Amino acid sequence: MSEYIPFLIKVCYFIAAVLFIVGLRRMSAPGTAKGGIVWAGFGMVIATVVTFLTPGMENYWLILAALVSATVLAWVSGKKVAMTDMPQMVALYNGMGGGSAAFIGAMELYKVSNGHAMSGIPTSLALIGVFIGAISLTGSLIAFGKLQGLIDKRYTFPGQNIFNGIFALAVIGFGIYTFSHMEAMNLWIFFGAALILGFLMTLPIGGADMPVVISLYNAFTGLAVSFEGYVLGNWAMIVAGMLVGAAGTLLTQLMAKAMNRSIWNVLFGSMGGGDSASADGDQGEMKEIEGADSAIMMAYAERVVIVPGYGLAVAQAQHKLWEMTQLLTNNGVDVKFAIHPVAGRMPGHMNVLLAEAGVPYDMIEDMEDINPQFKQTDVALVIGANDVVNPAARDDPSSSIYGMPILETDLAKNVIVIKRGRGTGFAGIQNGLFFKDNTKMLFGDAQDAISELITGLKEL
Amino acid sequence: MIDGFVAVYVFMLAAFVGNEIISKVPVVLHTPLMSGSNFIHGIVLVGAMVALGQAETDLGKTFGFIAVFLGAGNAAGGYVVTERMLEMFKTKKKKDVKKGEGDKK
Repeated sequence: MSEYIPFLIKVCYFIAAVLFIVGLRRMSAPGTAKGGIVWAGFGMVIATVVTFLTPGMENYWLILAALVSATVLAWVSGKKVAMTDMPQMVALYNGMGGGSAAFIGAMELYKVSNGHAMSGIPTSLALIGVFIGAISLTGSLIAFGKLQGLIDKRYTFPGQNIFNGIFALAVIGFGIYTFSHMEAMNLWIFFGAALILGFLMTLPIGGADMPVVISLYNAFTGLAVSFEGYVLGNWAMIVAGMLVGAAGTLLTQLMAKAMNRSIWNVLFGSMGGGDSASADGDQGEMKEIEGADSAIMMAYAERVVIVPGYGLAVAQAQHKLWEMTQLLTNNGVDVKFAIHPVAGRMPGHMNVLLAEAGVPYDMIEDMEDINPQFKQTDVALVIGANDVVNPAARDDPSSSIYGMPILETDLAKNVIVIKRGRGTGFAGIQNGLFFKDNTKMLFGDAQDAISELITGLKEL
Repeated sequence: MIDGFVAVYVFMLAAFVGNEIISKVPVVLHTPLMSGSNFIHGIVLVGAMVALGQAETDLGKTFGFIAVFLGAGNAAGGYVVTERMLEMFKTKKKKDVKKGEGDKK
């Protein structure tokens, strides 16, 4: 009987791999997305349960203790977290996966340093897995800290990119040295240095780039899992890890492309570093407007385009916004939502929020579709968005965000901007849109401001 | 031990599959999909379980414990978060046919 168990395990891992692929496939279409995660979930449960049967295993209580405690903790925290805080939770869980892969690699290599034989390919893949897994762990923790507001500024110093670059090369070089001198001490230094590299790489990156960074680390973790899967001879890990590695890499490219920046530039060219001189010239005055007046402007408009940004997510104002939108549509106003690919802190962040509030898909437009329509738009309502509507990205070659595609709200006949204060956005640059003649500023938290608009609309 | 070239083929094929799948995804689903793929690499849990199960030294057990803990957190947290996000898409019918890229083929 027991001789069939390894075969059974392999069959189950195969089934799990198939379920992952099917699940990911279904998750990529709105109609089947909900089922997709359930399919993948089944795969995970099957693989996990059958792993307990692996011959020659000990430490069952330790495994159970770690498994149950982490599952309960992650489950509860994942259930409790607010919809707006999802991006940092994804970053956190992703970092955990990367860390897990790195620790597996370190364990296997530690055995090698104690005289356990391992040939060249698995050894090198294990080292690479430790390297990128460790970067993914600490990098994701920083991303989590930044989005959670625990780390609220960028830590930059002159020559940082060069320093980081040299440090990265040094770590890689030391990894190659460790490959030929596999001793425990070298291994720990390598592991520790890779962890530090993850910190150093992520600290100078501003919040505007976080979507790209989280996606990149997601791909990193996938690769690390795949490589450590090879070391362990585990096909489920190889296939699932590589699947995520490839999908994550493509997603990262799509995002970086949307910002017109290369991944290299995101990682090693910290944005908005010091050139605060740009766009300071054309400022003038910001013109304030009251909620009631804004409501009138929109109610008598033919066409309103709403541009949501991170401020909407922070204020949790998506339900209020939908309520306001319904009031407008009842008044016969044509309302559309314009979503910038990197609005919020993750791609699709705004779509998720609007979907939560019940906004139908056909009211939501992508950047390419909506941009030609701004000229015929009476009111563009910008809610807590800043850099993605900054005309400097189109007009000012000296700006550090020059070249990033923007939502061209400045072409609309009127612009109302809901904003908490007069500060700059995450990129730290002034926004000429706020000073334009046809722009009115409605200062306040998105929740309060939209409530004012609703009151104003109801009183009409 | 796995034949190196077989693994290279599998790496290659899995990479293409991953690429194919995501290239058709509508923007609406980017965040859930990233979260879903984050869940899928939680499979690292099974490797961590085996590694801990075969650990003999105290150091191995400590590392293994950490690896299982982190892997299980990745899998469980990734599932809950993805499921919650996708929950919001359930009631709505696929009205985004006009998006073109969102539909099945």
